[in-house]
Amino acid sequence: MKEKVLMKGNEAIAEAAILAGCRHYFGYPITPQTEVAAYMAKKMPKIGGTFLQAESEIAAINMVYGVASTGKPAMTSSSSPGIALKCEGISYLAGADLPAFIVNVQRGGPGLGGIQPSQSDYFLATRGPGHGDFHVLVFAPASVQEMADLTGRALHLAWRYRMPAMLLADGTMGQMMEPVALPDECQAFGSDNPWAATGTECRRPHNIINSLELAPEKLEQSNFARFERYAEIEKTETAWEEYRMEDAEICIVSYGITARISRNAIVEARKEGIKVGMIRPITLWPFPKAPLLAAAEKVDSFLCVEMNMGQMKEDVELAVRCRKPVDLCCRVGGMIPTPDEVLAHIRKLAEGGNK
Amino acid sequence: MADHEIVIAGFGGQGLLFAGKVLAHAGLLEGRELSWLPSYGPEMRGGTANCNVILSDSPVGSPIVQHPNVLIVMNAPSLDKYESEVAPGGKIFLDSTLITRKVERKDVDVYYVPATRMAADMGTPGLANMVLLGTVIRETKCVKDETVDEALRHVIPARKANLFDANKNAVEAGRNYKE
Repeated sequence: MKEKVLMKGNEAIAEAAILAGCRHYFGYPITPQTEVAAYMAKKMPKIGGTFLQAESEIAAINMVYGVASTGKPAMTSSSSPGIALKCEGISYLAGADLPAFIVNVQRGGPGLGGIQPSQSDYFLATRGPGHGDFHVLVFAPASVQEMADLTGRALHLAWRYRMPAMLLADGTMGQMMEPVALPDECQAFGSDNPWAATGTECRRPHNIINSLELAPEKLEQSNFARFERYAEIEKTETAWEEYRMEDAEICIVSYGITARISRNAIVEARKEGIKVGMIRPITLWPFPKAPLLAAAEKVDSFLCVEMNMGQMKEDVELAVRCRKPVDLCCRVGGMIPTPDEVLAHIRKLAEGGNK
Repeated sequence: MADHEIVIAGFGGQGLLFAGKVLAHAGLLEGRELSWLPSYGPEMRGGTANCNVILSDSPVGSPIVQHPNVLIVMNAPSLDKYESEVAPGGKIFLDSTLITRKVERKDVDVYYVPATRMAADMGTPGLANMVLLGTVIRETKCVKDETVDEALRHVIPARKANLFDANKNAVEAGRNYKE
């Protein structure tokens, strides 16, 4: 294994994107993700890549659209209010069946909100961030190592499936440093896409990159085709991790930083003899419905731990088809639940407090 | 070895995040599990800032330290804020040049180090953080003496490499300090 280095989550994203073969970054500064752009600004010019600070978030996402049209990997990063601005561009990318890599290091909202960490863009990310019927792949890293690993996976899957992928982190994950074994450098990719607009040299028909289709029959067919692809992705790309689920009576469902906090609470609760485990979604879309439904056969109740007002809770209730009660432990607005708070909630459930 | 859950707190500009980085890097060199988490609010210079470091032999769960067993404080507001949070039996290290009050808790060990005065006497007034760190390392053994030197080489940016000796001397002064 490679020697580990100490990096901030934001820096690990940037380095991992470069190692995965991305040579085009477009961004606009916003706390708490500015280190992604700062890292790219330093590194891209030295390796023949492009770093460009756009005039706005909207410009940056459309620059990604431009590079993606040529088939080459491109990315942008921002935090919650900036991602909201990018949504029009993300919808156009989805409509044109273009790949893109988008990083969202979330902060509290709505509006300008604050700059402290949050998970309140869960709906925005998982419901298709923009107008129209579409999805983006959504990855939720829970360590700096995963920030690096999932960046590479997101980039490659976006280009494989020709759709945008989003890394959904939060301010804590972006700012913290942990040891990370950086992934191996990948071959450059994206230069041999048959669909890319790279010039015909008068040898083939034009490739047209466009999201406009005025014939409803055709537009319906392209939506159907896209959702056939999504169905395939739900079968093959769903990722999650189970922790202490072997004999669990309470199942915590949590992702990102709150999964880390929940882990501490689980360790403490187990010392008290409470049988609690966790299913941690690694992909939020596609959502790990199957393992949750399977768990519903075994556990007494579920507990969502999130830094929003229960956005994922709805997905958990749907996944378990309301067979078991689903409770919520949350802090919002930039506040972070403590392991003690989660533990108190676990104790309440263990005593039958959810019935 | 037991986990070290460390909070370093004081004014922005006192080198709190840097001191945390030195500990984190030393942990990395020793192959330990660790996390380093800064406060990143609008608290650059003059406001309160803090940094959480966890050094452990098992994977780190939450990187947010709830009950530190090592508290390093460099201003009075931070002592007021964190004193009650320290785990029973924990250790509090404070810069007694800048904090004039005594710790009220009876169930913790307290180390009063006049770090700012000592650093000023050495001609490096900005290195009170490193003086305190020296005492912390001696009393907690959270990282080994020899890895601290190596960590300093990694963490001090290249443009300030000439300050390596000064940093090392400051750590040494803190390590040798006796009340």
